[in-house]
Amino acid sequence: MKIIYFSWLKEILGTSSENIKNIENLIKWLSAKSIKHKKVFLKSKNIRCAINHQIVNKNSKIKNKDEIAFFPPFTGG
Amino acid sequence: MIKVQKQKINISEQNKKLLMKKIGAAVNFIGIARPTNNSGKIKYIEIEHYPKMTETKIKEIEIFATKKWKLDKCIIIHRYGKIKPGENIVYVGTATQHRNNAFKACEFIIDYLKVKAPFWKIEKQNNKKIYVKSIKKDENKIKINY
Repeated sequence: MKIIYFSWLKEILGTSSENIKNIENLIKWLSAKSIKHKKVFLKSKNIRCAINHQIVNKNSKIKNKDEIAFFPPFTGG
Repeated sequence: MIKVQKQKINISEQNKKLLMKKIGAAVNFIGIARPTNNSGKIKYIEIEHYPKMTETKIKEIEIFATKKWKLDKCIIIHRYGKIKPGENIVYVGTATQHRNNAFKACEFIIDYLKVKAPFWKIEKQNNKKIYVKSIKKDENKIKINY
């Protein structure tokens, strides 16, 4: 996924674009959103991730229309 | 047959479905909500799940178990939503020619449901809400990759 910035957004952010290629990039990007996000994504050890309902690891690539889910280990049964 | 549902599971109805003429053994497992845990009395539990992924994962478990243990019938039903102590949470039924396969398949299914299907439990006590943590022992039981 590529995010492009124009005009003053580009100037304030100091970048014209950001690439979110994989889950690791996405976690870093989400962690910068708020303190709560940071707490969840960077400090929690047990976060699992699925892309389109399949469990994946942090290196897994993301495509534009993917559905991405984050969750703790399962506790059903 | 797999099902993810909110309402209570009708156990006798499911048991009847298992008892087909050609089988030699039928085994079932019923998971029940406990009234207490280590930190006190449980008012009710709340089970959340991830629709679509849940059904996909349970179906994978059903297909694998049916093939491996030559099941004539396999029923997996898991509830979600608010569940009071004493109510059923999950039903696994296996029917096949020999008891060994029926037992093994039933145990495999419930073990794998616990760690492969996207369900999350919350225990509601009087003033507390506890997110149930996964148990390492359950995860270590998982030996087969399918």
